[in-house]
Amino acid sequence: MSARAIGALAWRDSRTARRRLLLFMSSISIGVAALVAIDGYSANVVRSVREQSRALLGGDLSLGSREAFPPVMDTVLDSLARAGIGVGRTASFASMAVIPRTGGTRLVQVRATSPEVPFYGTIETEPAGRWPLLQRGRNALVDQSLLTELDAHVGDSLALGDARFAIIGVLRNVPGDVGIASALGPRVYIPLRDVAATGLLRFGSRAEYEALLRLPGSASPSGVAATLRNRVAPARIRARTVQDTERNLTEGVQQLDRFLGVVGLVALLLGGIGVASAIHAYLEEKTDTVAVLRCLGATARQVLAIYLLEAGALGLVGAIAGAALGVALQYAMPHVLGDFIPVTVAPRAEPAAIFSGLAVGLWVAVLFALLPLLRVRRISPLQALRRDALASPARRLLLDAPRLAASLALAASVVAIAIARAGSTVRGLAMSLGIGVALLLLWGSALLVSRAARRLVREHWPFVVRQGVANLYRPANQTRAVILALGFGAFLLGTLYLVQRNLLDHLIPGGARGDVQANLAFFDVQQDQAAGVDSIIRATGHPVLQRVPIVPMRIASINGQPVAALMKAHPSWAMRREYRSSWRDTLIASERVTAGRWLSAAHAAGELPEISVEKDVAGELGLQLGDTVTWDVQGVRIPTRVTSLREVTWARFEPNFFVVFSPDALRGAPYTEVLLTRVDDDAARAALQRGVVRRYSNVSSIDLSLIERAVQGILDKVSLAIRFMALFSVATGVLVLLSAVAASRRQRLREGVLLRTLGATRAQIARILLSEYAALGALGSAAGVLLSIAGAWALTRFVFETPFTLAVPALAVIAIGMMALTAAVGFWSSREVYRGTAAGALSA
Amino acid sequence: MLVARSLSKSYRSGDRTLAVLRDVSFAIPERAFVAIVGPSGSGKTTLLGLLAGLDTPTAGTVVLDGTDLGPLSEDERARLRGEKVGFVFQSFQLIPTLTALENITVPLELRGTRGAAARGRDLLERVGLAERAHHYPSQLSGGEQQRVALARAFANAPRVLFADEPTGNLDSATGERIIELIERLNREEGTTVVLVTHDAALASRAGRVIRLSDGAVVGDSERAA
Repeated sequence: MSARAIGALAWRDSRTARRRLLLFMSSISIGVAALVAIDGYSANVVRSVREQSRALLGGDLSLGSREAFPPVMDTVLDSLARAGIGVGRTASFASMAVIPRTGGTRLVQVRATSPEVPFYGTIETEPAGRWPLLQRGRNALVDQSLLTELDAHVGDSLALGDARFAIIGVLRNVPGDVGIASALGPRVYIPLRDVAATGLLRFGSRAEYEALLRLPGSASPSGVAATLRNRVAPARIRARTVQDTERNLTEGVQQLDRFLGVVGLVALLLGGIGVASAIHAYLEEKTDTVAVLRCLGATARQVLAIYLLEAGALGLVGAIAGAALGVALQYAMPHVLGDFIPVTVAPRAEPAAIFSGLAVGLWVAVLFALLPLLRVRRISPLQALRRDALASPARRLLLDAPRLAASLALAASVVAIAIARAGSTVRGLAMSLGIGVALLLLWGSALLVSRAARRLVREHWPFVVRQGVANLYRPANQTRAVILALGFGAFLLGTLYLVQRNLLDHLIPGGARGDVQANLAFFDVQQDQAAGVDSIIRATGHPVLQRVPIVPMRIASINGQPVAALMKAHPSWAMRREYRSSWRDTLIASERVTAGRWLSAAHAAGELPEISVEKDVAGELGLQLGDTVTWDVQGVRIPTRVTSLREVTWARFEPNFFVVFSPDALRGAPYTEVLLTRVDDDAARAALQRGVVRRYSNVSSIDLSLIERAVQGILDKVSLAIRFMALFSVATGVLVLLSAVAASRRQRLREGVLLRTLGATRAQIARILLSEYAALGALGSAAGVLLSIAGAWALTRFVFETPFTLAVPALAVIAIGMMALTAAVGFWSSREVYRGTAAGALSA
Repeated sequence: MLVARSLSKSYRSGDRTLAVLRDVSFAIPERAFVAIVGPSGSGKTTLLGLLAGLDTPTAGTVVLDGTDLGPLSEDERARLRGEKVGFVFQSFQLIPTLTALENITVPLELRGTRGAAARGRDLLERVGLAERAHHYPSQLSGGEQQRVALARAFANAPRVLFADEPTGNLDSATGERIIELIERLNREEGTTVVLVTHDAALASRAGRVIRLSDGAVVGDSERAA
């Protein structure tokens, strides 16, 4: 038989079933759509980052520091400027902003810039063209959210510390800023030269200083960075080139791509399982046709080729539909993820993403279809004569070589796809292992719940329910595949909800917990201001819950080894960073000692003062109990001894520190204070903030309830993105269900007609069908929800390290929702079964 | 017991009308054993469908145990079937997801009869399959499946049993056992039996033979008792 003849036979054979086969294949469409959408979007972002990377950084090279540049750095920068290199400077810090007209106050993120900034990209304002005017006087450009919150408008004056600025416009788009960043505090841009007038940058203030360079075309940014690193103290200056920015961003996007890609890949595989299961059921119907073809002289191979060709052609159609949907979704992605991406992304179709989605989808469809299709080789021509003759000669031959080969090819393909997507063999293997384990667990629980359901059925239940459940076990049933597909959707939704809920519960402890939780913090309080701030708070009738001293310091040496030497051997952020440490003699609620003994009130004569180090930082620094750490506190060397390690729950809004000193160790060191209070009334809280900032303009206050809201907002957006993916797998589940119903259509019709013949009414058949699909939905969501509890428990326990509580009502909503969806979809798609009349019984 | 009056059934095929049954009339008394015979395409199966209320005639009426099927809705006819009619099919038509016993009790369950399981076991015993009660159809031979189907047909103590080529898929020895069972049930339970077949030997077992050809009755003969 020629290839052409096989093609013609395949075309004709599919005639009666094309729509059904297409439905089977649509199971993979959703997976393909997910992959195409994610890959396309991530390619869009990477392209945009590349196009906009200079604008993102604002220059060719950025030099940053947590403290004011040392004089040697200023000298270097001046000489660069004289050599014709563009030099711009910025300083960023948090401060209280006050609108004198309304008295409104708000913690803001101040960016002070010199006139050269930015060298690349444009900062868009409303009204347009206000950016160049910023440097013309004591002007400010602010986020719209600040104006809204403080009931102010363009033209108002804005007080920062001791200086007043005129608000000349609103920021619309600042290259390099992530939309979500302003949730933590509105941005305020002012001219750099006016920072001194505010009087805000004092001892202990947290600020970021940056120099932006524009290099002549010939100079390589990384070369210049290396030269500069040699000339200024390397530990204190961070150099970032355009390439670094590009790499960082691209890596971030690729991580997102990988994470969402796993969900897409799993959706594709679930669709594949749906395809295999539907084809398996479909072949039950095709046995006669195959037997007749074999009688007429077709070889087993030719028959296989005919059906494989049908599956492949329709798989391609399914993949194309998926890719089209994927491209449409890709255009929707910026709305979902845009706030996390610091570039403006112009969506455009990415041929590479589309092509790879099509190829992967087709390949998965064909391989999954091949597994059941291999069985057609075993259909004997004798079956055309006697249907039950030799129905299963060695049907389940374990060592059937082609079957084994197909299974191996399938596993190998998944691993290969995973490796290609992950970009590294180890990660790809880990990813395929993870997917394998997840599918295996789901499969196991699908098996478990479907077994349990059969056992659970009791004789005294209504007949229609027993019959409905019994239907799940009809020959060539697809119960497990459907449970698997539906279960994965329920699993993703459940896990996601539980993790999000637990994180939020943990971050935002409810008032029910009883302990007085601070909701207002004053910081950068200078030593001579602390008593004053304390009395202002108490005068309004509110308690000062905690006064926490903060001493800025750096590590000078560990066990006698200077930091510079240690950095060469083992560079680490923990060596280089500025530590803001405190002292106290008691443990607080959000920490516990994991090793050693908590600080003694006073250290014994002749011994070094004691410190307690947070265990992750201790790990990063390689510190052990008994080690000696010498600190540089404003030029004074203070040697200390590590006597305990602590585990700190940072997620609580309670001030804590990497390093806590015993109370007598820092005597005489300069410090600032943080004062915590709780004011329940929103207006009173704002009034207290105003009162303190009016008296002490450098003191910042932060309304922790705003932070809580901001954190909630960020989590909401993150979970929106993931929920989006979870919906993909729910959609796959629905398609697998639809194709399962379609595949067993003839059998269902026959059963329906038979029951009608035996006297069943339409209502009885409808109730049987409803019971069947409700049971199916219940089993799927049970498998998924149970696994999601395990998954969420593991995630909160081991990844987020927070305690786990179950949210039963929400899980019940997910389970009931899935069940209702399954029952509705299943019932709707088999409406012809209960609408049918008994007339067909005799001819069947 | 069962009366057919001027039954006609025609199907529309494109713009042509195809008459399958033409003006078929007869009356079957209680406890009778009647065979309807005729060559393939003579309309036997269509006639059976009409008599059992599976389908509605184009013209004419069927009266089953005193009830005129004409004005009944599909669901009312289903209920009537559940009460008064039993079926045996050529291809057995057991529900594959149910065990032998469960298959037998389906008509009883549909009506909500109590003690369905006990009655089912009794019937299984009478067809000689008591020990296969918990086997699924796929685990039974063709003859065993047909015996289960027969037990199911008698589960609701029907007034009429319709059998459509009940031995068509069985070898002759097994077929003989089935036909003996039908005869016994006809004798012992007094159930009216209407058998459709093209097998002359099988038809000769009936007390009366109605011959169909091309949709019309061409012969109606009773065998001398």
